[in-house]
Amino acid sequence: MLPRAEIAHWLFAAGFLFFALVLLAEAIVGPDVFRRRPWRAYLWPSLLLFGGVWLWVIAIYSTFSTLHLLAHALWAQAAIAAGVVQLGVVRGRLVAPAWSLVTAAGLFVSGVSFLVHEQNGWLFARSAFLHHLIGWTLVVAVLFPLGAALRPRWSVWAYGFAVTWIAVSVMLFSDRDVAPIFGHLSELAGRAPVP
Amino acid sequence: MNELVTPRTKAAEEPRVARRGLRVLTVEAIGPVTILGGIVWAFAQPYRVTFFYPEGKGAWDWFVQPPLLVVLVGLLFALVVAPGLVDDLERSSHEDAAAG
Repeated sequence: MLPRAEIAHWLFAAGFLFFALVLLAEAIVGPDVFRRRPWRAYLWPSLLLFGGVWLWVIAIYSTFSTLHLLAHALWAQAAIAAGVVQLGVVRGRLVAPAWSLVTAAGLFVSGVSFLVHEQNGWLFARSAFLHHLIGWTLVVAVLFPLGAALRPRWSVWAYGFAVTWIAVSVMLFSDRDVAPIFGHLSELAGRAPVP
Repeated sequence: MNELVTPRTKAAEEPRVARRGLRVLTVEAIGPVTILGGIVWAFAQPYRVTFFYPEGKGAWDWFVQPPLLVVLVGLLFALVVAPGLVDDLERSSHEDAAAG
């Protein structure tokens, strides 16, 4: 029995919220204190890899639409690439701040995927609106890993990155398969597609 | 030295200790604030909690109830992540103080 799309979105929202709280805690205490315990240091690369694997699972079940399949597969690859790079950073193999550019690229690809795979207009339904909003949020959030690569000593990037994931989590929790947005719902929303 | 004249090192140490205390407080607050957010959400939108509106709900609706997921995430953070982090922050503070 497959879950509805909104159920999968809420599960990811919960995962992203935990991920965001961990990032926020790291920003507050600083990476030196945060990485004192190895399990904590490996927590967020592991979450990224775990999320990437689950996105592959979602991609497998997104065969109802080529765009959905491609978008979820792209997110899966972006999450796994960012996870692998973070694993290298935590292990001390990758020390250059420029590795943060991989995370920036992953966010950009994810944001664009959100924007292109939602074929409905902003005000079609809440899910369409939130897909656009999440897409643009991720595209703007590229600023944070980009800043971390250029000005690694500024802690504002870490806070901004954590708050971005809290925002994405709230947006995903607000997602419903069919629900009005700003009191408007297209009369076509929620109808079975015409074969 | 007397109550009016204190060593300069002590004066410099005080804001650092206060900042460290604020960080401990913030890390400890993240979990409870998240839990509170979930509880407030459950009361604001009770129809999103299957326990309150069980009619016609499937297995996934019982398993995934958004406000309760938020409470669960807050609990997980408060019980698993925050305690060790606070310990390490305080230990780091003591080490800094010992190192002068």
